[in-house]
Formats: sequence, C-alpha cells, structure tokens
Amino acid sequence: MKGIFNYIDRPSPIHELTGAAKLVCLLLWSFAAMSTYDTRMLIVLPVLSFMLFAVSKIRLRDVSFILTFTVVIMVLNNLLIFLFSPQHGVQIYGTKHVLFTITGRYVVTQEQLLYHLNLVLKYLSTIPIVLLFVCTTNPSEFAASLNRIGVPYSIAYAVALALRYIPDIQMQYHEISQAQQARGIEMSRKESLIKRLRAAAAILVPLILSSMDRIEVISNAMELRGFGKHKKRTWYMGRPFRAGDFAAVGLGILLLAAALVLNHLNGGRFWNPFV
Amino acid sequence: MSQDKERELLLEFSHFGFKYKAQAEPTLHDISLKMYKGEKILIAGPSGCGKSTLASCINGLIPFSYRGEMTGSCKIKGKETSQMSLFEISRTVGTVLQDSDAQFIGLTVAEDIAFAPENDCLGEPDLHQLVKRTADLVGIGTHLSNAPGALSGGQKQRVSLAGVMVGDVDLLLFDEPLANLDPATGKVAVELIDEIREKTGAGVVIIEHRLEDVLHRKVDRIILMNEGRITADMTPDELLCSMLLKENGIREPLYLTALKYAGVRVTPEKCPGGIRTLSLTEEDREKVRSWFRNESGTEAAQEGRVMLEAEDISFAYGNGRQALDKVSVRIREGEMLAIVGTNGAGKSTFSKVVCGFETPGSGTIRFGGSAGWMGLSIKERADHIGYVMQSPNQMISQIMIRDEVALGLRKRGFDEEEINRRVEKVLRICGLWPFRSWPISALSFGQKKRVTIAAILALEPEMIILDEPTAGQDYRHYTEIMEFLKDLRDNGYTVVMITHDMHLMLEYADRCIVFHDGKVIADRSSAGVLTDPELVARANLKETSLYDLAKMCGIGDAEAFAKHFISYERTQVRR
Repeated sequence: MKGIFNYIDRPSPIHELTGAAKLVCLLLWSFAAMSTYDTRMLIVLPVLSFMLFAVSKIRLRDVSFILTFTVVIMVLNNLLIFLFSPQHGVQIYGTKHVLFTITGRYVVTQEQLLYHLNLVLKYLSTIPIVLLFVCTTNPSEFAASLNRIGVPYSIAYAVALALRYIPDIQMQYHEISQAQQARGIEMSRKESLIKRLRAAAAILVPLILSSMDRIEVISNAMELRGFGKHKKRTWYMGRPFRAGDFAAVGLGILLLAAALVLNHLNGGRFWNPFV
Repeated sequence: MSQDKERELLLEFSHFGFKYKAQAEPTLHDISLKMYKGEKILIAGPSGCGKSTLASCINGLIPFSYRGEMTGSCKIKGKETSQMSLFEISRTVGTVLQDSDAQFIGLTVAEDIAFAPENDCLGEPDLHQLVKRTADLVGIGTHLSNAPGALSGGQKQRVSLAGVMVGDVDLLLFDEPLANLDPATGKVAVELIDEIREKTGAGVVIIEHRLEDVLHRKVDRIILMNEGRITADMTPDELLCSMLLKENGIREPLYLTALKYAGVRVTPEKCPGGIRTLSLTEEDREKVRSWFRNESGTEAAQEGRVMLEAEDISFAYGNGRQALDKVSVRIREGEMLAIVGTNGAGKSTFSKVVCGFETPGSGTIRFGGSAGWMGLSIKERADHIGYVMQSPNQMISQIMIRDEVALGLRKRGFDEEEINRRVEKVLRICGLWPFRSWPISALSFGQKKRVTIAAILALEPEMIILDEPTAGQDYRHYTEIMEFLKDLRDNGYTVVMITHDMHLMLEYADRCIVFHDGKVIADRSSAGVLTDPELVARANLKETSLYDLAKMCGIGDAEAFAKHFISYERTQVRR
C-alpha cells in the first residue's frame, strides 16, 4: 500500500534545512505566486521549483498520485473557465487579437490563451513546492523548529503527530474500505451522489471510531510521560538555524519582493504584452 | 516482618475504593494492598474485574485524567496520590500500556525514548547520551533511527520499556503487556521484564489475564481480582493449588489442568508455579502415564469436499516485498482451521487475496471447484466467503444492531421481508436476539464482535475468515466466542481463524496451517505443530506446556499426549 504523500527520508541539502525556514520560505513563495499574473515571474517560479526538486532527490514518481490529481483539477479548471467565460482575457487585457473561431461566442483569442497560460503556471508555481515541503520535512524536526520560531510546543507537537499519522490513517482507510466493499458498499461513480455520501459514512464512521480509540491511548501515553509538565521542553531532533536556512528565507523574501515590484511596474496584477 | 521494614514501601492501598463519575456503582471496593521495592506482582482477573482501573490508580490517570470519587487511601512512597500531581507520580511509576503500537509517540526509536526527558527540559548533549544509554540497557541501541512501527514485536516491547525506564522510575507497571503479542514474543517480553527488574531493582506490577505466560518467569505474588475486589493475594505456588483461579474466571496453566485430570494431588511443595520449577514424584508421573492413552488413529480424519483450493499463489506489495511465495492451501467444507505465523508471515495477505482485496501476481484460486472465482469482484466473493476484521470498531458503521446486520443485505437489494427473515435468523444464531432493538454502543466488546460476525453471516456465506477472533478477550469471553464459532461449524459453516492464540489452536482448530516468510511451512494438527520444537521456533510460537509435561513424565509422543488432553477435555469435562 503506497501512501499518497508524506515525509521521504533521503539525504539532500533541502532535507537539511530546518522545517521552520522551509515553512517561511514556502509561505513567502506562495504569496509571491498568488499576488501576480506576470507571466515572466510565473515562468521563473516553476523552473525554480523543478530545480529544487532535482536538488532534493525527491522523484516525480514519489508524488505521482497527487501530481496527477492536480493536473486533472487544473485541466478541469481551465476548461470550465473557457466554457463559461471565453472572453475573460479580452476583458482583462482590453484588446482582442482573434486567432480562430470555434462557434458562436467561443472565439479563441491571444489574450484568452495568455490568461490560461498564466493559470497553468500558477498551478505549477505552487503545487510542486508544497509537495516538496511535505516530502522533505521530518515531522519531528518540523515541530521542534516551529517551537523555536515561537509556536507553543503543544500546537507544534499536535502538527507533528498529525503529519505522522497520515500514513497510518491512509492504511486504516484502505483496510476498512475493503471490508466494507465486501459487504456491498460501493463508492463507484455508477451510484448517485447521495448513495456515495452514505457509503462514505460507512467507511468514515469506523475510521473515526478506531481513530478515537487511538487518540485516547496516545494522549494517556503522553501525559504519563510528562507531556505538558513545564512551559518549555527540549527537542531531540532540534537543529540550530544555519546559513542555508537564512538563505531559504532570503529567497522567499526576494521572490515576494520581485512579485510586488513587478505588480507595481505593471500597474496592477496583470502583465500586458498587448499594448 | 522485620524484613519488610528494611525494604522501602512503594505502594500502599488501604480500604481504597473508586467510582467513575459516569457510573452509578463503584468499580473498586475495599482494596488493601502493599508492595515493596524490588517485588514483582501479577494482578489477574477477568475483564471488568477492575484491574485496569486499579492500574490507573497506581499511575495517576485516576484521579487526574479520569474523574470520579475516591475513598480510603492510596499512597505511593508514603504520599497520598490525590495530593500529588500526575507528573510527580510519573517520576516514580513508569507505565507500559497495553497496545505498544498505539503508544509510540516519537517518529523514531530515539525520539520515543527521548520523549520523557524532553518534557523535563533536558538539554544537549545529556539528552542524546541518556537516550543512547537507556537504549543500550534494553538492547535496542542499534535501532535508534528506525521507526518503532517497523520493528519486530519483541523490539517494540524493548522500545516501550526504554521509554518509561529513561526516567529512572522505582515501579514499572505493565497493563496487559502480552495482549497483542505472538507467543514467542510474549515469552521474550516476560524474560525482558525480569531482566530489567534485576538490572534496576525496580518493583514490577504486571496486569494480565494470561497467567501461564506470565508465570514463564517467577513472580513473587499473584493478586486475584473479581468484581472490583481483591479475592486472593498469595504466592503462585499456593494459588495454583487452590480452586481460586477457576472461581475467578482465570484459565489455569494447561499442565496443571492435565495433572488434575490425571488425579495428581497438586500441593505447594511441588512448586506448581511454573513448569520449570514443578517437581513431580515418581508416583505422580506414573499417574500421568496411566491417564494417557495413545488414541491417535481412533478419530478418523474427516474428508469433506474441498471448498477452497489455492494453488501457487504469489503476491508482492508495491514496495517489492514478496508477501506470498507460491502458497498452496486446501480448505475443506465444514473445517475449523487456524492460520498461524508471525506478523508479516503472509497470513493476512493470504486471506486478503482470497477475498479479492488484493490481486495475486500469479496462481489460481478455485472455490467450490469453479475456477471462475478469480473473476469475481470483492462484493461477489463476499457472498461466499465472509471476512471479519479484528476490531469491531473497524466494521461497525450503524447505530442500531438491526441496521448493522441488515446493511449488506440492503446494499444487495433484498426485499424487506427477506431481510427481516435473515436478520432474525442470524441474530438468534449469534445470541443477539434479546438485544435486537438495542443501540450498538450499549453492547460489550464481545457482543460487538458478535454483531460484526452476524452482519457477515447475514449474507449467508459458506465460509468465514476471522482475523484474531479472541484478541484481548478473557477466558470467559474467549470460551464464549469460540464455542459460538464451533456451533457455527457444527451448523455447516467453514471457519478459518487467523490467530496467535495457542489455546485456540490447540482446543478448537482441526488443522493448523503455519506461514513463515510468505510460505506455508506446515499443515498438520495443532497438537502436532505445538509439540514440534523446530516448527515452533520458526513460526514464533511457543511449545505448549503439555509438551514439557509429557517429556517430564517420560512420554515420547507429546503430540498424542496433547491430543489426548484435548479430547479428554471435550468428552469428559465439558458438558
């Protein structure tokens, strides 16, 4: 049973960075990607993230499931936009360079294509870097570094535990859904939505109940071993901030600054090559 | 008495009682108990006797996590627990909880051991040193960076022990440490506990109903509980000579039962506390020998129609692990069969392949002689083979018993009349008819288990596969569930059980298939498997103590001896 995505332990410079530095960088990076529709910037970000992927030794195969899922959503999103608003690009850029006409109001314009390109690039700017973060961040180390940058340790630990249990819960879900399928509960697309929701409940209720059992055990185990005794705690996996961490945060700041400067120069979020 | 004064008093209950906030009646009554440093005591009793509640009182979960009313006094090292904090208590009492998998907190072995000192704000480099030292003490020092979940059962025990020992506690409390372990690992765990006690001089309290397994190593005292009270507090040798075990719903060791059947008078002088310490006179041995009659061959092997025939099944998981390697198994109609082996030996994978949850890489399965089985979907196969998961919580999704049992039938589109007929029938078979309109949440664990079995039987399969049907059950519930399964077999169902439980194998399985490393390494009678030292070692089982007794009495054919014991019990003792 293959997990959908979680921490993959391979030695690489990206793995060596502290989780907090990576998180800050990720947040700044995402703000940068979200704030602008400047195609030049949106080309730089995916190129950069694929370079980071190469450095991190995480292979595309490792995240193929979620990547495929993203591509499907992306294609769907683009199709729907074109379907409902084929002239969206024209409205944004204020010009109309017609390439060819499909039928009626479905006229393909350069503006619309640029808009779609930007949209695709936005997906490519954000999703891979989020996956990279999850795959290269050791949950315990992440908790330690969250605590270091000021997050209360109980919250930091909760985050780490949640990350840790993702694979476990995936496995449980898999097992329960198999046993329930045997009883005739099917999640196939042939069924109506209501029936599928009901079917989902038949899997989720046992999943939640057995998870609750585990939560009670783990919280007792934690308390019995002194969790919450003091206001502070130390971390076995804690790492000091190093040069690489500052570089990562610096990169994030740089990217966000670049995006903001470009928005200013473009006089808005859109870069318009048509005028 | 003078000796007692020299030793430090660790634990002292006097006229202690406890009532949970949500319950009307107290769970513990008038508990008086003393324990000194370095002592090893076993607290035994049937489910619901209050032994887990007593454990919670010792480690401070009561009153700090579970609220309720306390009466009398409960002192740890002379201090009332109610006047202490949970953290203060945890400095003296280290607790290893029942399910070692669920209690791992850290992502790696090192982090799990480090958890308590981290909470004590221990800084570097002391933290790393302490972790290493503790890990070495329990013999897990070479696995520091492994995930605890990926270790073997025995190694997991070491990690959970290290996690509480790191705090240098005076008292180690084990809450049902053997519940989820295979027999060999259980044996290692019992040895490990003893070894650690010798190294550290800590007191040990073991809560467990699997008496025979704990007695593999010497314990100082056994405290027997029933219905919230202490019913006995004596040495194992004394206790085992009394009738108290039976009266309190605890299974006595098999060798002892055999001795009693043979008419041997068991007295404390014979040291019956463990099969190793047991000393029998020549007269006793003669009694055992004359009780034993070799009946092998008297019971003709039942040759039913072959129901399921798996041939050369191979299966590998996505990560490349070969879980099944050319496995061939035949299951006959009306058989009651046990599938045994260590975790990861392939027994669960095999049943998943049979039910269609996984598709084998090669090999074929025929059911009822038809090769069409491989083409059936999970749902279609479930009409013939029902699969019951280990924990009822993994299966139950409805609120009312009736709905849960009817679920599969409704999904298959049966009309309401047929559904009612079948639901009524299985509820009666499963002894749940009196509860038919109850919500499931009001049932006990064993009853919930029956609900899940009923829900599977409602589909009228010819065969059911149960994953660990008796895990975590005390003797009474074990007997209840197993007798029920036996009745099902007598009603024509074929019953396949995946299990670690040696008693179950011995007493209920007609035949035993042993998996090891994805292969079937044995297919013979349970008595034969459990008296074959080489097989026992490979499959992570443990020889039954009947084997040792047979050897002790000079009986060469231990398998026949074990078989005689079972048939004697079936024909002479029960009903």
